[in-house]
Amino acid sequence: MSDSAQAQVIRPPKVDRGVIGWIKQNLFPSWFSGILTVVLGYFIITSLISIIDWGILRANFVGSTAADCSGGGACWVFIGTRMDFFIYGFYPEAEHWRINLVYLVFGLIIVPQFFKAVSSRIKMILGIFGVTIFPIFAFVMIYGSETLGLTHVATSQWGGLTLTLILAYVGIVAAIPIGILLALGRRSDMPLVRALCVVFIEFWRGVPLITILFMASVMLPLFLPDGVTFDRLLRALIGITLFQSAYMAEVIRGGLQAIPKGQYEAAEAMGLGYWRSMGLIILPQALKIVIPGIVNTLISLFKDTTLVLVVGLFDLLRTVQATIVDPAWRNVATEGYVFAAFVFWVFCYGMSRYSQMLEEKLHTGHKR
Amino acid sequence: MSQEAVIQQGPGHLASMAHEGESIIKVVDMHKWYGEFHVLKGLNLDVRTGERIVICGPSGSGKSTFIRCINRLEEHQQGQIIVDGVELTDDLRNIELIRREVGMVFQHFNLFPHLTVLENCCLAPIWVRKTPRKEAEEAAMKYLERVKIPEQAKKYPGQLSGGQQQRVAIARSLCMNPKIMLFDEPTSALDPEMIKEVLDVMIELAASGMTMLCVTHEMGFAKTVADRVIFMDRGEIVEQGVPQEFFNNPQEPRTQQFLQQILNH
Ligand SMILES: Nc1ncnc2c1ncn2[C@@H]1O[C@H](COP(=O)(O)OP(=O)(O)OP(=O)(O)O)[C@@H](O)[C@H]1O
Ligand SMILES: [Mg+2]
Repeated sequence: MSDSAQAQVIRPPKVDRGVIGWIKQNLFPSWFSGILTVVLGYFIITSLISIIDWGILRANFVGSTAADCSGGGACWVFIGTRMDFFIYGFYPEAEHWRINLVYLVFGLIIVPQFFKAVSSRIKMILGIFGVTIFPIFAFVMIYGSETLGLTHVATSQWGGLTLTLILAYVGIVAAIPIGILLALGRRSDMPLVRALCVVFIEFWRGVPLITILFMASVMLPLFLPDGVTFDRLLRALIGITLFQSAYMAEVIRGGLQAIPKGQYEAAEAMGLGYWRSMGLIILPQALKIVIPGIVNTLISLFKDTTLVLVVGLFDLLRTVQATIVDPAWRNVATEGYVFAAFVFWVFCYGMSRYSQMLEEKLHTGHKR
Repeated sequence: MSQEAVIQQGPGHLASMAHEGESIIKVVDMHKWYGEFHVLKGLNLDVRTGERIVICGPSGSGKSTFIRCINRLEEHQQGQIIVDGVELTDDLRNIELIRREVGMVFQHFNLFPHLTVLENCCLAPIWVRKTPRKEAEEAAMKYLERVKIPEQAKKYPGQLSGGQQQRVAIARSLCMNPKIMLFDEPTSALDPEMIKEVLDVMIELAASGMTMLCVTHEMGFAKTVADRVIFMDRGEIVEQGVPQEFFNNPQEPRTQQFLQQILNH
C-alpha cells in the first residue's frame, strides 16, 4: 500500500491568484456578470446600511417605557420590557425559577453536543438522558407536583418561548421513533401491518396541520363523553406529533430503500433476526443517509408549532402578537416580528449546524 | 445416484474429519418457483460433515438460489431441506437456529460499512451468541489473524481493498463458529490479483475440516480442494463426481459443453 514511498512527492498545483485574481474570476468574469455584481452589490450594501442604521445605530436599547425610544430607530426597549412574557407566557412570576432550572438542564444537555472536544460517550449519555429522564423532570418541574411541594400550574398558563420549545421538543422526541416504526411497518412483509401504516401515513400527510389542530380542539370534544376533558395543550401535542411522524416516516423510508439488499441479507444470514437486523445494521445506515431530510422535517416541525395559536395557545409568536398591539407603545410590530424571527432562526440554524456536524462525524470513508 | 461410492473414494488429501460420514445437510426433492418460473426442479443432495462441495454451472442455472435456500434466504416450496438435524420450515425459531450454524460469504462481501472490521466480526457473536464483548473481540482478532489482516481491525470496510473485504467477510462468518460455510461466487467481484489471497484463505479453511458449499467458477480451486463437484443447469443437478472424474471424464453432454467453454476461456 506504500506504493509511492520512493516516488518524488508532487504537490497539487497552487491555484491561489491573490485577491485581485479572485475578484476578477468570481465577480467580473464577463461583462454581464460584472454588471450583475455591481447592481446586486449596490442593493445589498444599501439595504445593509439601512438595517444597521435602524437596528443598531438609531435604535434604543435601555429604558423601560415608550418615552425611552427617541432615536427614531428600532425600539428594543419594548422587547426588553416584555421579555418575561415572551419567555414564560402567563406562568406565575414566583415560579419562574422552575422553568429556569429546566432551561439550565436543557442547556447542559444541548450545548456539549456542539463541541468536538466532548467525547461521543458523554454526548450519548447526555442524549439518552435528554430523551428519557429529562422530559419527566421537565414535566414535573413545569406542571408541578404536590408531593414535591411544587404548586400546580395549569397548562393554560404556559406560554411564550417555553411553550414553543415544549411543543417542538415533545414533537421531535416522539415523531422520530413513531416515524421509524411507521417506515418499518410500511415495508413489512405482513400485509395488515403494511396497510395500517400506509393508511395512517397517507391520512396525516393529506390533511393540513391547521385543520388537524382545529379538529382536535373543536371536534374531538364532541365525540368524547360528557365530563371527559382533554387538555388543550395535550391535544395540540398529539396533533403535531402524529402529523410530523407521518412526514418523518416517509423520509426514513427513503433511507431504508437506499440500503442495498445485501445488507439485509448479510444481517439475516447471521441469524440476527428482524429487530436486531433493523436496529444494528439497517437503521443506523438508513438514518445516517437521511439526516438532511430528518432535520428538514424537524425544522419545519419547529416552525409549524406557531400554528397552535389557532387553538388559543400562547406560543412565542402569539405572545409577540398580543403585546405589539399595546397602545402604550407606538408601532412596535416590526421589532416584535424581527425578534420572533430571530429566535426561530437561532434554533433552526442550530439544528442545521448540528446535523452537519453529525454527518461529518458519522462519515466512515468511501461508501461501499 | 452413485454418490455413495464417489464420496468414499474422494480425494481426501486434506484433513479428514472425525465425523466423516455423518450427514449434515440433506436436501430431498426440493423445488422452488419465483412466481411462475420454476427455478429449482427437484434437487437432491446429501452433504456429509467435513465435505467440501463445489457447485458450478452456467449463469442463471439456479446455483445462488440453491445455496440461499440452505440458510433460508430464499424459501423453497416443495420437498425437504434438513440442516444439522433441523428441518427448514416457516418456523422462525428454527430458521434462526440454523442461521447461527451456517456462515455465508457473498459475492459482494456485504460488510457493514458503518462498523469497523472488528465490530463487523463481533456483532453476531455478541448479539446472537451472547458472548461477552471482550471474549468476542479476542476471538475475532484470532480469526482476523487467520485471514491475515489483523492490522486492519480498526478500519472501516470502505477503507479496504476488495480482497481484504472478502477476507474480513470470511472472518466475520467464522466468528460465529459455524458448522457449515456457504460461499456464493466469493471471488467473482474481485480483481485477478486479489483472487488468490481469498482462495488461499478458503483453501486453508478447507484443510481445517470445515464443511463447505461453494459456488465458484475457479476450477483450480475445485480441483485441489473439492471432494465433490456438482454441475447444475436449468435448475437441475445434471452431474456430480470427484474432481478428477468430473473434469477428465464428464458423462453428460451439457457438462462437457460447459467445461469446454470455461476451460477454453
Ligand atoms: N428474486 C428473483 N425473482 C425472480 N427471478 C429470479 C430471482 N432471483 C433469481 N431469479 C432467476 O432465477 C434464475 C436463477 O438465478 P440464480 O441467481 O440462482 O442463478 P445463478 O446460477 O446463481 O447465476 P449466476 O451465475 O449468474 O449467479 C435466473 O434465471 C434468475 O433470473
Ligand atoms: Mg449467482
